[in-house]
Amino acid sequence: MPEHAIVVGSRLGASPIAVGVGLLLSALILWMVVAHTVLPADHPLHVSAFWITLLGKFLCYAMLAVAMDLIWGYAGILSLGQGLFFALGGYVFGMYLMRQIGRDGVYQSDLPDFMVFLDWKAYPWYWALSDSFGWTLVLVVLVPGLVALVFGFLAFRSRIRGVYFSIMTQALTYAAMLAFFRNDMGFGGNNGFTDFKRIVGFPIAEPLTRSVLLALSGLALLASYMICRAVVRSRAGQVLIAIREAEPRLLFLGYQSLHFKLFAWVVAALISAVAGALYVPQVGIINPGEMSPAQSIEVAIWTAVGGRGSLIGPILGAFAVNGAKSWFTVAFPQLWLFVLGFLFVAVTLFLPKGLHGVLRRDPGSILVPWRRP
Amino acid sequence: MPGASAQILRNAWAGPGAPTVDRFRPLLIAAVLALAAASLFFGARSAAAGTGAPGSTAAGFAIEEGLPLSGLRSDDPDERIEAVESIALSGHALAGRVLRAIEDERLVWLEERGWMLLAEGGAAVPPPGAQTVGVNNRVRAALENAQAFLALGDSDVQRRREAASTLEGIEAVRYLEALTAAWQRESDSVVRQALLLAVAKLRLQSPEASLRLEAVRALALAESSAVRRQLQDLLGLDSTGFREPDPQVREAARVALAAMDARLRKFEWIAAAFSGLSLGSVLLLAALGLAITYGLMGVINMAHGEFLMIGAYSTYLVQQLFRRFAGDWIDWYVLAAVPLAFLASALLGIVLERTVLRWLYGRPLETLLSTWGVSLLLIQSCRLLFGAQNVEVENPSWLSGSMALAGDIVIPYNRMAILAFALVVLLGVYTVLQQTRAGLFVRAVTQNRAMASCTGIPTDRVDTLTFGFGCGIAGLGGVALSQLGNVGPDLGQQYIVDSFMVVVLGGVGQLAGTAIAALGLGSVSKILEPFTGAVLAKIMVLLFIIAFIQRRPQGLFALKGRSADA
Repeated sequence: MPEHAIVVGSRLGASPIAVGVGLLLSALILWMVVAHTVLPADHPLHVSAFWITLLGKFLCYAMLAVAMDLIWGYAGILSLGQGLFFALGGYVFGMYLMRQIGRDGVYQSDLPDFMVFLDWKAYPWYWALSDSFGWTLVLVVLVPGLVALVFGFLAFRSRIRGVYFSIMTQALTYAAMLAFFRNDMGFGGNNGFTDFKRIVGFPIAEPLTRSVLLALSGLALLASYMICRAVVRSRAGQVLIAIREAEPRLLFLGYQSLHFKLFAWVVAALISAVAGALYVPQVGIINPGEMSPAQSIEVAIWTAVGGRGSLIGPILGAFAVNGAKSWFTVAFPQLWLFVLGFLFVAVTLFLPKGLHGVLRRDPGSILVPWRRP
Repeated sequence: MPGASAQILRNAWAGPGAPTVDRFRPLLIAAVLALAAASLFFGARSAAAGTGAPGSTAAGFAIEEGLPLSGLRSDDPDERIEAVESIALSGHALAGRVLRAIEDERLVWLEERGWMLLAEGGAAVPPPGAQTVGVNNRVRAALENAQAFLALGDSDVQRRREAASTLEGIEAVRYLEALTAAWQRESDSVVRQALLLAVAKLRLQSPEASLRLEAVRALALAESSAVRRQLQDLLGLDSTGFREPDPQVREAARVALAAMDARLRKFEWIAAAFSGLSLGSVLLLAALGLAITYGLMGVINMAHGEFLMIGAYSTYLVQQLFRRFAGDWIDWYVLAAVPLAFLASALLGIVLERTVLRWLYGRPLETLLSTWGVSLLLIQSCRLLFGAQNVEVENPSWLSGSMALAGDIVIPYNRMAILAFALVVLLGVYTVLQQTRAGLFVRAVTQNRAMASCTGIPTDRVDTLTFGFGCGIAGLGGVALSQLGNVGPDLGQQYIVDSFMVVVLGGVGQLAGTAIAALGLGSVSKILEPFTGAVLAKIMVLLFIIAFIQRRPQGLFALKGRSADA
């Protein structure tokens, strides 16, 4: 069956690696869902909620990595603030989940516990639309999308690029993190949102709810991949690669690079936001830590480890790095930062095309030690 | 009995009310002290010799009369406080020793023998059945004031000054007359000033309006927030109307408050300007190294913060070395740490440049990621070596404490030193870059690498050394930071965004721009802080920089050039 899939896939223009990753992930999700919902809890093959959550989390991270690859791997724009859009999507969805708690909080108030704690009497105005699921779905893409549009427009119009742009995005997410840490912001301060009970009326911890969310995350990842693939294979995608390689030359050729960059930038922000919105109900918490510069820069390393400019590589990278992180932080907590730090250095020095390049046996994928620049 | 030489002296010190005795007072005091010392000496000796002798249960001697001690046995702390004040005011030669003894619980009451003064030093075991004087916080405060009052008779000016500054907070009206007398005969201006305040504060409680008026006018000269509060109290209301019934006194208090506020405001401005400059100098020290590695060389060193950390930990290590091997010189460990921190950071910077960065020139985004990885490695190594907790770095004595401007407005010495240090380092970097041959090479390679190479400049080595120099400067920043706040593995992370903001705002490649941006950002933050709070001020400054860069992408001071890809 895999051979058949690869033949079909290559007719559709997909690489064997992409087909393989797709099959593997679909099978994994399917098996986990069945083992979690159908098998009884004491069955040896039962999959606990922990693994469902973990896989769901990784799928959301993979979406983030795909978005990163679109802007960094193809357009050469390294964003160190992708966590901001992820967290904004998460916060918007978290507001809806907080509303769904209703009076089941510790203080049994109509308001979330943290607002009771601050002695607030009513929801602030920006919580107005959050009790409607439909509006929440709109705002999940609208709010981060607008932030990305405004910031991107201003930055790209002023021709801020390269490292300058990276540092600006880092400052942006850092400023947002500081702001969300403040209790007065009305987003729960450093505890953020947690203790969710329901989603669209369904209890959030039920196996079936979890399974649906997991399946949705899988579909969202597939959709993100397909969208980005369509973008990079279009003529606009060619312009994005040209921007990466030599933007000044492109400008002299008469292309308005602003529009192309802004388009890719906003698409990436939207994918990140959707990933964040799916992440929050599965993991059950969102706090300003998601906006920290360190968190955002890790996304870059998932992408780099997987292989930039391949779209499928970053998915592998997100799974590989986060899988290693989950294992190390339990088994050797002190060593994890060494591994991560080493990954940053080693991948940039020795593996410019990442895992994807190794899998494809690309001759340029491994730098013979310290090839002179 | 052991206290055979117990001195019962009555009115040895005639007290401040008798000016005719003034001339003889030093002689009298000397005589009394000599006698007291002798009595102590013999008392202790005879006590030591007489242990086991009938009736002697402890080293000490009885005090029979002459001191108003009876109130000390009361259960009411107010009466005990009154007794303490009476002792101080009695002028008795033993008053000081008795007060000290009460504090140390060496004055005991024995049913069969009366008051006993136990010998100092804890050698004496209280005899069975001995009761000490109950000392609670209020009694302790009264004891402190009483002892300070007695210390006003000391010949050492320094001790009189300390005593007078304690007495500034006095509230017991009974001291009024005695303090007035002490003020009249005092010669030292500092002591006089403090006593004047103390007297004025006591006079405020006087029933006579004219005395209160005089007191308010005297208090107008004070520069402490306690006095300010007291004056404000006068203008307050209670159930019977104004707390101060006399309108003239109230008016004087209003004038005094206005004068005081005007003076304080001036100093507040100075303090605010200083704290802005101080924050700016910290930012400058944190960013100056980056201005070289990023600004001149274009290397995005995300591990820059960790070089600050290394500088701070070097300071810590030097401090520990001094503690172990050169305890006498401990005050100067900071000076020894300066070159060592520079060398440690510079060395590590050279290693980093040779092993990692060299292969990534021309690929700034990869440089960014790999140096971020290096920063993680350095942080975690530091955690393993020194522990995840902050280590303790102490200010040497000449850097601790602060200069009082007025009242509660102070300028800490360590911040002053860091401001000076930042300027010295800035000057040093400027001199190296502009006045030395090495600096000439650095500028040549920065401006035109190919041409510099053609003229025989070893560009490779210049790169390595420049990067090392920048990292060393970061190490110097670390020494300064270690004197200000916590030294921990996360030290560098707090400064990395700020440092980049300073360099970017100042204009890449511009030393002067970096300096002005650092001082400007520091001042703006401190100007905003009173209105918005520290966090919001920081957010606003970050957003301001992001917006500013949109308008002027090249920073405050742009290099003029023709490159399309600048």
